Amino acid sequence: MNGSVTIVEELQNRFGAANVSEQATCDEFPTVWVPQNRAHEVLRYLKTEVNRPYGMLYDLSAIDERLRANRPDQPESDFTLVYHLLSFQRNEDLRVKVGLKGEFPSFPTITNIWPSANWYEREVWDMFGITFDDHPHLRRILLPPTWKGHALRKEHPARATEMGPFQLPEDKQEREQEALRFRPEDWGLKPTTGDTDFMFLNLGPQHPGAHGAIRFMLELDGEEIVNVVPEIGFHHRGAEKMAERQTWHTYIPYTDRIDYLGGVMNNLPYVLAVEKLAGIEVPDRVKVIRVMMVEFFRLASHLVWYGTFAQDVGALSPVFYTFNDRERVFDIVQAITGGRMHPSWFRIGGVAHDLPKGWDTLVKDFVRYLPRRLKEYDKMVLRNRIFKARTQGIGTLTVEEAIDWGMTGPGLRSCGLEWDFRKKRPYSGYDQFDFDIPTGQHGDCYDRALVRVEEMRQSLRIIEQCLQQMPPGPYKADHPLAVPPRKERTMHDIETLITHFLGVSWGPVIPAGEAFVGIEATKGNNGYYLVSDGSIHSYRTRIRTPSFAHVQMVPLLSCGLMVPDLLAILGAVDFVLADVDR
Amino acid sequence: MNEIIRSLIIVVGVLVVMLSISAGLIWLERRMLGLWQDRYGPNRAGPFGLMQVMADMIKILFKEDWIPPFADRPVFVIAPAVVVVTTLMSFAVIPFAPSIGVVNLNIGLLFFLGMAALGVYSVVLGGWSSGSKYSLLGGLRATAQMLSYEVFMGLSLMGVVILAGSFNLGDIVEAQRKMWFCIPQFIGLVIFIIAGFAETHRLPFDLPEAESELVAGYHSEYSGMKFGMFFVGEYLGITLISAMIVTLFFGGWLGPVLPPLVWFLLKTLVFVLGFILARASLPRPRYDQLMSYAWKVLLPLSLLNLVVTGGIVLAVG
Repeated sequence: MNGSVTIVEELQNRFGAANVSEQATCDEFPTVWVPQNRAHEVLRYLKTEVNRPYGMLYDLSAIDERLRANRPDQPESDFTLVYHLLSFQRNEDLRVKVGLKGEFPSFPTITNIWPSANWYEREVWDMFGITFDDHPHLRRILLPPTWKGHALRKEHPARATEMGPFQLPEDKQEREQEALRFRPEDWGLKPTTGDTDFMFLNLGPQHPGAHGAIRFMLELDGEEIVNVVPEIGFHHRGAEKMAERQTWHTYIPYTDRIDYLGGVMNNLPYVLAVEKLAGIEVPDRVKVIRVMMVEFFRLASHLVWYGTFAQDVGALSPVFYTFNDRERVFDIVQAITGGRMHPSWFRIGGVAHDLPKGWDTLVKDFVRYLPRRLKEYDKMVLRNRIFKARTQGIGTLTVEEAIDWGMTGPGLRSCGLEWDFRKKRPYSGYDQFDFDIPTGQHGDCYDRALVRVEEMRQSLRIIEQCLQQMPPGPYKADHPLAVPPRKERTMHDIETLITHFLGVSWGPVIPAGEAFVGIEATKGNNGYYLVSDGSIHSYRTRIRTPSFAHVQMVPLLSCGLMVPDLLAILGAVDFVLADVDR
Repeated sequence: MNEIIRSLIIVVGVLVVMLSISAGLIWLERRMLGLWQDRYGPNRAGPFGLMQVMADMIKILFKEDWIPPFADRPVFVIAPAVVVVTTLMSFAVIPFAPSIGVVNLNIGLLFFLGMAALGVYSVVLGGWSSGSKYSLLGGLRATAQMLSYEVFMGLSLMGVVILAGSFNLGDIVEAQRKMWFCIPQFIGLVIFIIAGFAETHRLPFDLPEAESELVAGYHSEYSGMKFGMFFVGEYLGITLISAMIVTLFFGGWLGPVLPPLVWFLLKTLVFVLGFILARASLPRPRYDQLMSYAWKVLLPLSLLNLVVTGGIVLAVG
């Protein structure tokens, strides 16, 4: 598929074998190390010059390597920058690693290659203290501007108990408030140009149209938007840091809350990545159960989006209807998992329980019920002329821009690129299902809506197939890292008892290695990059969320439009703040 | 002497009835929205939740009467009163039944239009004096919206005036004995209804308020009874526009069997429900779309309606 020469060989031919060394990982992507002084060149080559280029900067993060014990075939470094690139022509990923030395190293920015690197580099600086030279606005992005230290460095405490009691005396409160004040000149915005005075409007962090705690600073000429500066981080909970102190299993509930409308959809990439590290193969029944639950949550999330999007453009009623339908999804989720929004139901190597008796009746009824309702919503929302006038031609995006800025999911498909990880890189047995990938043409808010609505119909098709083809068999893998030894056996020999005790009290020890799994989540591409150092918890967990990249694009989509259009764009982009801030 | 007492009774009666109807409408709207949105709406306080209005009134009356320090105090206080006063004044010219009406003014229709135009000041001043950017944007939108919709609101009614040959609302009702004006003046009716929505700034024309964009628009900074005035003013406005639609296009109190007043109230209720149904079903257009719709579609249409009606009346009469 990728010809005779792999990308690693291509790079070695071009830059010399000494400059490009490959690292073995547990996933299928090649990982190459390039020296600091050549990295910029290599990245530019990969984006612009190479045959079938790597157009998307899929993720950019870092690893604090200073305490890591098991890294046999890797060059020495204190910090490692990880550039995760995606090529749509090749359907291939490439991980480029750059080792940095020193306590607070620095590296040139790549914002001149990928505009989307802007926020990613700010995040790396915020979390690791790595400076990016010539970055346009290198300032904190997730942590408050007054924060001391860089949270993902290994010396930074992970628990509140290590940080001393929290106090907020009046002077500190005033300092914190003052730090939040928006100063246009900090962002290179001018209050006047020629004979026009601009108005700066602070939209958020509490605003009914913003879907959560996010702030947009608008530079307005009348109602026309001249500039937008999004400010995020209000919802940051340190999910990546928490992963470094939770065991592999006990981290699963935290993943539920990343995209809090996605429920078990978030568990999936995480458990898949752990399974890849541990080499666990799951039974067929597990795969189909997982697919079914994940598609239910796609429906639940899209139903919320449908209603709230309609509300963003002023329609009051749809939100009540779609929440009602979502409640029916939750009834089924509740019957199967016992939970509703965040069931934390997937396990490493399986799911928590088998399907209950009678699940098929519930699912059958629902599959019959929803299409009728969707038809009604089409009439009420999608075919409404005011709705069309508000969304068509608003926030348009071309495929090239979408790729350049890291847009994935329905947003990317609405520009006309048929790209769905379920089809292109089937995981969890998606290749066994028959479904279509809806695409749009214009990349505007209306097409984004059309794509999502059609996706709901396709999800129903997948669920129907799960219903018909649910294979029999166990609901968890028979693997020592997935399940503890059987209780009867522990009563016979001490070795089994010890293994059982350790497995239950500590949790499994996952072998050292690195793995990434990305899936087609509700909002776009959600992926977990796990680094294990051969311990009961992960050494580094990187969560690649779609919303982070999408919110970064809001200024691109909304400049030159009006305030109501901004709200329509925010609704159509469909982000979840917990997914942005983690 | 008798005459004076009779007038006083009617004045007080209209005042009390209108205020309680508009309060009752809050309940009606919430129940109807509930019905149409597959939920209950207020159903706990009293029978069918009717006492909910009382509970809300008590709450809102006892709230702290807070004026933001950055607001323009006197204007901020006057603004909400304007809408209630002007709308209640308009009710004076409406003939509820042949002999029930506060005043029989021969320029009744013009008086109504004048009062409606004054009512705009409430929103504009409220938005301006609040000293908040969201309120300001709401006030600006209100100014533009009202200015453009005032224009053809008046024009759309001129067809009725030509047909009836009078500005007196009582005469207009009498002129509809043979045929309600909704048939010959269908275009006028449609335009007047649209203008009425804009006048009361209800969905789909609630741009000055636009809660998903401007938080609460022109009344973002209002609380307590001053907010309550805007609220009551809005429902009074709905009642007024519905009553005007009935008077001008649907034969007012005219109708068989039932007493005239009952006919009038029934017809008005239908249009009030129409307002609520529109709120339950339509999204909100953008501000510039609303403007271009007003100037490019509705204004030419109402002018055309006026010319054609005038021509036909001239030719026939």
